[in-house]
Amino acid sequence: MASAGKDTKSRSPAKAPPTAKPTGTKPTGKTTGKTAETKAEIKAETKKGSFGARKWHAEELRGLYEQMLLIRRFEEKAGQLYGLGLIGGFCHLYIGQEAVVVGAVAARRFKTSAGTGKGKVKEKVKEKVKGTGGDTLTTSYRAHGHALAVGGSPHKIMAELLGRASGCCGGKGGSMHLFDTAAGFFGGHGIVAAQVPIAAGVGFAEKYLGGDGVAMVFFGDGALNQGQVYETFNMAALWRLPVLFVIENNRYGMGTSIERAAAHSENLAARGAAYGIDGKKIDGMDVLAVHDGVAEALEQIRGAGGPRILEAVTYRYRGHSMSDPAKYRSREEVEEVRARQDPIDRLAKRLEESGVLDETARKEIDARVREEVKSATEAAEKDSEPDERELWTDVYAANGAHAIVVAASGMTIGSAT
Amino acid sequence: MANPLLMPALSPTMAEGVLVRWHRSEGDSFRAGDLLAEVETDKAVMELEASEDGILGRILVTAEDGETTPVGAPIALILQEGEEASALESLAASLEGTSPETPAPAPAPESAPSPETSHDKSAATASPTAESSTPQVAQAPIAPQMEKGQIEKEWSGETQESTVRDALRDAMAEEMRRDERVLLLGEEVAEYQGPYKVSVGLLEEFGAKRVVDTPITEHGFAGLGIGAAMAGLRPIVEFMTFNFAMQAMDQIINSAAKTRYMSGGQVTVPIVFRGPNGAAARVAAQHSQCYASWFAHIPGLVVVAPASAADAKGLLKAAVRRDDPVIFLENEILYGRKGEVPLDPDFTLPIGRARIVRSGTDLTIATFSLMVERALAAADTLADQGISAEVIDLRTLRPLDRETVVASVQRTGRLLAVEEGWPFAGIGSELCALAVEHAFDWLDAPPVRIAGADVPLPYAANLEAMALPQSETIAAAARALLNRS
Repeated sequence: MASAGKDTKSRSPAKAPPTAKPTGTKPTGKTTGKTAETKAEIKAETKKGSFGARKWHAEELRGLYEQMLLIRRFEEKAGQLYGLGLIGGFCHLYIGQEAVVVGAVAARRFKTSAGTGKGKVKEKVKEKVKGTGGDTLTTSYRAHGHALAVGGSPHKIMAELLGRASGCCGGKGGSMHLFDTAAGFFGGHGIVAAQVPIAAGVGFAEKYLGGDGVAMVFFGDGALNQGQVYETFNMAALWRLPVLFVIENNRYGMGTSIERAAAHSENLAARGAAYGIDGKKIDGMDVLAVHDGVAEALEQIRGAGGPRILEAVTYRYRGHSMSDPAKYRSREEVEEVRARQDPIDRLAKRLEESGVLDETARKEIDARVREEVKSATEAAEKDSEPDERELWTDVYAANGAHAIVVAASGMTIGSAT
Repeated sequence: MANPLLMPALSPTMAEGVLVRWHRSEGDSFRAGDLLAEVETDKAVMELEASEDGILGRILVTAEDGETTPVGAPIALILQEGEEASALESLAASLEGTSPETPAPAPAPESAPSPETSHDKSAATASPTAESSTPQVAQAPIAPQMEKGQIEKEWSGETQESTVRDALRDAMAEEMRRDERVLLLGEEVAEYQGPYKVSVGLLEEFGAKRVVDTPITEHGFAGLGIGAAMAGLRPIVEFMTFNFAMQAMDQIINSAAKTRYMSGGQVTVPIVFRGPNGAAARVAAQHSQCYASWFAHIPGLVVVAPASAADAKGLLKAAVRRDDPVIFLENEILYGRKGEVPLDPDFTLPIGRARIVRSGTDLTIATFSLMVERALAAADTLADQGISAEVIDLRTLRPLDRETVVASVQRTGRLLAVEEGWPFAGIGSELCALAVEHAFDWLDAPPVRIAGADVPLPYAANLEAMALPQSETIAAAARALLNRS
């Protein structure tokens, strides 16, 4: 990714449409820079059943691995930069939970409306896409993985964490408030559970506008106890909104274990039962299981209408945020999960056993991901901070241009966007 | 003994009603609980049930009349079982001297400017109204003044007299016709036709897809509306009253107001939150609060508070067209006020611009919403005493039209800020700061604030009236500001 430094476009997410036939076009953007795929490899299409419910191309499977690894390495780097004081504020890492969003994104259908063409071509694309463009994602403040998984540029996301002008939100959102609406990613929300009704609104709009996309919303086991989640369950079920509620049960809401916070914690997927929302528990440490669970749920939602709940049982290796002292759980517990359930190791092992991934290929991917994160970070670090004028922009829409706050000096310090 | 049946108060703000239909004829007997008639109040058509057994002796106000009857005025005469019809005559005779102008026993909570205190003759003619003989109706039409060089006419073309309530409804209907992405979402907005009758007929015209009854779930539907706005719709979210918006405060502030900024301009949240704000009448502390300064504090929000029918329409249409979250503060007492309203479907008024609704030279009274008519009534009183007060209707609280306020204070040398909300960190505080920061050298006296009493609003009628600014309070403060007694 030599171009990472100037990367202004989104990367292709690591997925191909489920129905895509193998063609000369590589279904994953990630492999395009790689040694050319041989015909033999393309034929390494898996049998239905050997990797879950659907057939996969070998390179798609490697793409899942690479995507999870990218998030892992990116987050490790973010942790380092936080320790160095380069990333400020709150920083919530996704390490351990990578399979959830990567599996979900692999299962989604999405047509970007931010066509690369100009003028008429772009207009045409826009005309075709009704609504948001397909299956969207909305999540909490633990958002780096989601922003990367939808194809966001590591450079722009890292630049955002560093508070740079080149960040995906111009350096004004930071770690907790990442957005990429062109890729169907509606944030990045800092208040626990606030994203839940917002995502239902995205689903409402999708249905209203005649699209067939589903609004996927990711929230933790902690958020599940907020009242607005149930207000949303009620409306989503009542109006049969196309919403997939994905509970990322990482077993701790900040420092409070699920057993100490949630009644009937052994089955969070059942929390929608009173509203008639079907729920299912899936292994959130297995990217293929997540893919299959999400794919099935999306199909059900598109078919019958109405929301579904998935409880993805997962684990975060790091603290709730960078300032978490981790007194509430033992090191042994974390080590145990890491050793036995790590989503990246598990997939790698499976791919190696079936010959989809050999050591050479794995090393090659590892090296590429490290390089990508490294160059993204270096580029972001070199980028400039936002222009001081940016303090005053993006408060109001352009059609609401106004000058505000006239200081005692008589200086007008507000300005139109 | 024969008794009169009086026009009942069927809502906290009802001052008059229209008899839509009698369900009994003269001579019919009825039991307590039987349906007698249907009465149109300021909020809805309500059923009037008998409170005790009796016979409908004589109907005084027929449905064919179609006229408004003040609360407390007799609408029929009721006989007791076995009573002779002759008893009606003596009762009718005793009522003879009692015109409908008898002060109603029912709550007439706000101190209405008396009808003869029309602040401006041209305004009075611009808004001819049959109610001028009805004492219960505080009619203070705020029609455009056309004083030379002072006040520009804001609109032209055909107009129609309309209540604030209907002007709001028409604004929504016109915007929904213009843009399919506009929809109305809220409690009781569809089948009930709006808790305050603001959305009458919208369900019929636009269907359930675009006029959506929500469950009672403010936090949830505010968030849902915000998400829908982010994804391309332009929702109008009605709060039954802004008191209930407190349940949704996090979504309004943290999600609606801040997301454009946090996303570096990527995400637009074109949404209008609207509903009645401030004290209504005798609904006590938890249902009587002005949230103007709360919302006006927040960058990213636009806060509008119209006082007249034309402003209500023009500003609501502008709010719907704007790509920002707009807090649109209505006032329950103003819903029934009438005024001339332009019919042009493209009529909008600029957000962020105040309006001088009465020009004057001795002091500036700056206010908004319901307090505008009280300030105008005060200005009338002051005029009789030789004091010339300029009255500014702020109309938009964020972004505030600082220029108009500052220029006015520079002309008059005195500022009286009036609001019904609490004084601490209120809109009045901001106006005083503005005067001190930008018109200090022009000030002839320290700026003064009139605000709601710094207590939760009491229920008792006398205490409630004491707690809210009245036109007499405003006039007295103005005299004090001018060292006149």
